[in-house]
Amino acid sequence: MISDIAFWGFGLVALLGGAAVFYVNSMARATYALALSFVAVGLQVLFLQQNYVGVVTILMMVMEMAIMAVYMVMFMGMNPALMPMSMVHGNRTAIAVALTTFLGLAAGILMVDWPARLGGPSSDVTMALGESLMGPKMLVMAVISPVMVATIVAGVVLAAHRTRYDRLGDDLKQRPADDPQPGGVGR
Amino acid sequence: MTLEATLLIAAAIFSVGLYGAISQQVVVMVMMGLELMINAVILAAAGVWWFLAPDPTGQVLLMVIIAAMTVEMAMGFAVATLLHRERGADMTDMATDLSG
Repeated sequence: MISDIAFWGFGLVALLGGAAVFYVNSMARATYALALSFVAVGLQVLFLQQNYVGVVTILMMVMEMAIMAVYMVMFMGMNPALMPMSMVHGNRTAIAVALTTFLGLAAGILMVDWPARLGGPSSDVTMALGESLMGPKMLVMAVISPVMVATIVAGVVLAAHRTRYDRLGDDLKQRPADDPQPGGVGR
Repeated sequence: MTLEATLLIAAAIFSVGLYGAISQQVVVMVMMGLELMINAVILAAAGVWWFLAPDPTGQVLLMVIIAAMTVEMAMGFAVATLLHRERGADMTDMATDLSG
């Protein structure tokens, strides 16, 4: 009973936090509202016995929102992210699309005759996940890992201001280097 | 704590995220909408896993979803940084030529 109430409470917090992201009038507050929503969902996932996934979600999202807050201070104009603002377009269309989506999903959720549960959970689901990832589902790890590395490389390449490829050309053979202020002694 | 309740909460969060992703003008706020949608997918997947088939395969799928969210965030920040550097733009309306 108590766990039911807590589960619904976290659900409500997650939903209201999510709605607050687009309602509050400063980006800093929106960031914290999103972090709150993620933490609530992470706690709900913990209620669904996925200890590892729940904790990872919470930790990752808190860090991500911290980065997002710094990011907005860096890049958003005005007094960074603390000015009241409302920057939306096509508001009515967006509300209509969102409502229609919710009603469609809710109708599906309530009308589908959900099957009975297949099997039971392992005694230690985190251990089962680890053994699965390191055993029969190794391919998932083998795919995700290079994707993550590629993301790091692509992120740095996109975000870096000037790299060695700007200076030395795509094949790194351009001499002298193309610098805004040429160096050397003029020989 | 039932499957329907979990999925309904997830559907509501997803719809709020969809509203944000469509309506917001600032790139970072659009990303927040997308994050909220993936947040809902995590909750829905966790619910389906627990109530329908609690074997490790579903958990592995959840890890894939979380990885997708990480990639989305990292690449989104990188593109937004590039946009800001090249054009001083932080709004989607200033970059409509990227729509393909």
